[in-house]
Amino acid sequence: MKLIDSPESKVVDPGLDETIKKLTPEKIKRVVDHVLTKENAGRLQMYIDTCVHCGLCAEACHTYLSRDKDPNFSPVAKVKNTLWELVKQKGDVSPEFIRQAARIAFTECGACRRCSMYCPFGIDIAYLIMIVRRICSLLGVVPQYLQDTTNSHAATSNQMWVHQDEWIDTLQWQEEEAGFEIPGVRIPLEKEGADVMYSVIAPEPKILAQLLGNMAMIMKVAGIDWTMPATDGWDNSNMAMYSGDFEIMGRVERLHWETAARLKVKKIVMGECGHAFRGAVYDGPKWLGWKFPPIPMVHAIEFYYDLIKSGRIKIKEKYKEPVTIQDPCNTVRGRGLGDKLRYVVNELCEDFTDVSPNQEHNYCCMAGGGTINCGPPWKKSRMISNRVKAEQLAATGAKIVITPCHNCHSGIEDIIGYYNLGMHVKFINEILVETMERPE
Amino acid sequence: MINTKNWDWGIQNKVLADIAEIKSRYQDVHEFVVSPDGEKIAAPVVLEDDTFTACVNNDQWPDTFEKLWYLRFSPGNKLTALVMSDDEWTLAVDGRVYEENYEYAWDVRFSENGESISMLYKRDNLYGVALNGKPWANGFVAIRDYCLSPDGKRTAATVQVKTLDEADVFGFFAGAWSVAVDGKVWPEKFINAWKPAFSKDGSLVAAEIRTDICEYSVAVNGKSWEKKYGSVWDPVFRPGNGSVIAAVKEGSNWFLAENGSRIWGRNYNQIWLPKLSPDGKRIAAVASPEFGKWTIAVDDRPWAKLFDDMVLAPVFSPDGKRVAAIVKENNHWSIAVDGKTWPESYDMIWDPVFSPCGKNVVAKAEKNGRYAVVLNGKNIGTNYDALWPPIFSPDGDKILLRYIADGKYYREVRPLN
Ligand code: SF4
Ligand code: SF4
Repeated sequence: MKLIDSPESKVVDPGLDETIKKLTPEKIKRVVDHVLTKENAGRLQMYIDTCVHCGLCAEACHTYLSRDKDPNFSPVAKVKNTLWELVKQKGDVSPEFIRQAARIAFTECGACRRCSMYCPFGIDIAYLIMIVRRICSLLGVVPQYLQDTTNSHAATSNQMWVHQDEWIDTLQWQEEEAGFEIPGVRIPLEKEGADVMYSVIAPEPKILAQLLGNMAMIMKVAGIDWTMPATDGWDNSNMAMYSGDFEIMGRVERLHWETAARLKVKKIVMGECGHAFRGAVYDGPKWLGWKFPPIPMVHAIEFYYDLIKSGRIKIKEKYKEPVTIQDPCNTVRGRGLGDKLRYVVNELCEDFTDVSPNQEHNYCCMAGGGTINCGPPWKKSRMISNRVKAEQLAATGAKIVITPCHNCHSGIEDIIGYYNLGMHVKFINEILVETMERPE
Repeated sequence: MINTKNWDWGIQNKVLADIAEIKSRYQDVHEFVVSPDGEKIAAPVVLEDDTFTACVNNDQWPDTFEKLWYLRFSPGNKLTALVMSDDEWTLAVDGRVYEENYEYAWDVRFSENGESISMLYKRDNLYGVALNGKPWANGFVAIRDYCLSPDGKRTAATVQVKTLDEADVFGFFAGAWSVAVDGKVWPEKFINAWKPAFSKDGSLVAAEIRTDICEYSVAVNGKSWEKKYGSVWDPVFRPGNGSVIAAVKEGSNWFLAENGSRIWGRNYNQIWLPKLSPDGKRIAAVASPEFGKWTIAVDDRPWAKLFDDMVLAPVFSPDGKRVAAIVKENNHWSIAVDGKTWPESYDMIWDPVFSPCGKNVVAKAEKNGRYAVVLNGKNIGTNYDALWPPIFSPDGDKILLRYIADGKYYREVRPLN
């Protein structure tokens, strides 16, 4: 088995380099065997038997297209160079092979599922890549920064090591800030029996606190009976899902749902994040034993759509700058919210130019799927894989990219900087508070 | 348990506060809370100068604060709130503030007997628990889950015992978390520790622990069960003998274990929240016998009726013979008792409460934004603007209702027949 020699294979990451030193052939074989036969047998075998190696999936992948069709970056090659080899060798692979598998699975595939739309058999490459991540996670071979995010989920139930007091204090501070803009705005904490629990991802209290204040203003203007928890369980994000630590993923999701049940809310509205939607609505419930979320969950795109469509929020003056949008994979390809997103953006903005390809065919920003969480060592590789994304955004001529997802937001900010696009990124939340009618 | 014997159980219906009048008095009035005995209704209120205080029936606390929130009555009917003055936080109890101040204080809890009040605090960048106003002698770099012993004399919390540099994944997996009891940390360190729980007499503490990437168990006073599992939930002490029961995962199966040995033979797709009957003889837990279906299993026998959406923690009757739980199906909530669901469903329902004899079950329920008291599946009081969970009299013959109707707060004691 020849290992791939590429600039990416030389990236230094202690999460891969140090951890493979502790691997033994027995351990690798045991874990591979467990994951392949105990956790995944049926569906995995079906996909392996079905794939005809036609390579039609290649043109779907932004990493392949961005790297001048480097065959190693086609979806099927990513599986061939990782999972198929593990299956073929029955886990008899070297620690260096595990390192390569981890690099490909964590940093060269964003689990965006675009390729499965192009496969004549609908083979879910991202699912196969997730099996590789699961194996690597159980072996402890995970990029350092992604593992640290999972460790944060494990220790704190949120992804950025936010202490409980920091969380509550930030909400109280944001309530005060929002109150300067619209008198009487509250962030009602621990209000049992409210209609809505609003949940967010940890970057909001940590680095983007004004988004919380913005939401408090939106809730006030729309007259929503809402609450936020003052306990753990407020973070709806889940990087453990992407690092392959499903036990921690399940733990985080259980607490999120139990917090909503404790607060006696009728639904959860979640902020602008894509992977968090996937974790809370699909992967988390499924691991725990629910067919669907135990309490209805509404993504911010749908929530804003309902508020504007029903007239609960009226737009005073549309946003003038030329905008385009990023269709987050998990809410648009995964959930079909593309039309609602366009409705909201058209209601808020005067000058909207769509991306091409768009909706479920949109290119992934290569930040989701845990990729951006792999941290600084992998940024350059991520940027190279983003060339088509940069070209697609530049072609719109827009000045603002509206990105209703935290991962897309950070990822596109990186792309704009790296490719000198001269654009800015905004959440819908930011444009909505600027354009909505406020009480006199 | 709350002692309700000394409450006024005379049959009556009295108005204790005019809500509309209270609201007219202040710049803003936050959420109302009522005392367990129903004699008081209170809310955080904002005064004209933007300071806060608590309004209780027709009075208000004499002191005002820069901030006041988390207004809660203790089981013993004391009114508590987290308050901030000069940028420092503490607790006010019936209007009097504790002497100790903190950089931050939160998560106020009461012991089962209502005697003790605890909260988490941060001071000089270290975290701990304060019990009845006294902080722990030692602080920690981080704190998370915590609990009080049933008698209110002791506190335990999961704490981070060493500082980790940014993204120090190796330090993390070497074990940085443990449990501190009354501020004294166990010598054993774990990758993670969650959900500490005290034994009835307060002498033992159990917690969920993680000992490897995918290796979990239960530790009691620091000592791990020998047996390790693929995951673990919710350790709880069996009343009487100090043994610990937890839900554990082996392969893809979940079941209950006691002190590291399997006690339930049936394999579940999921199981959590084991609860013991008061005499410690019976166990009920939330269980999923097959994917996507939920119910309560009692002594390893799942109810025949399964629910698609959600089932919440089981509640035993005082005699341990009956079990009730909140259940949800088709996005409607109800109560099931011994596997039989109440005929009506609701937009929301609160925990089922058994009468002392175990014969009757009552709950607060919500439909179309109005609240109702539901007894054994029948509405016995409906259409309230607000309602707090009903409470049985010690003899179980009467029921205390606390509600707001027509803008007034009522305390009503109603005979059951
Ligand atoms: S990044 Fe997306 S398109 Fe490329 S292989 Fe992964 S799932 Fe497929
Ligand atoms: S398009 Fe489908 S069948 Fe063809 S190589 Fe890709 S995964 Fe295999």
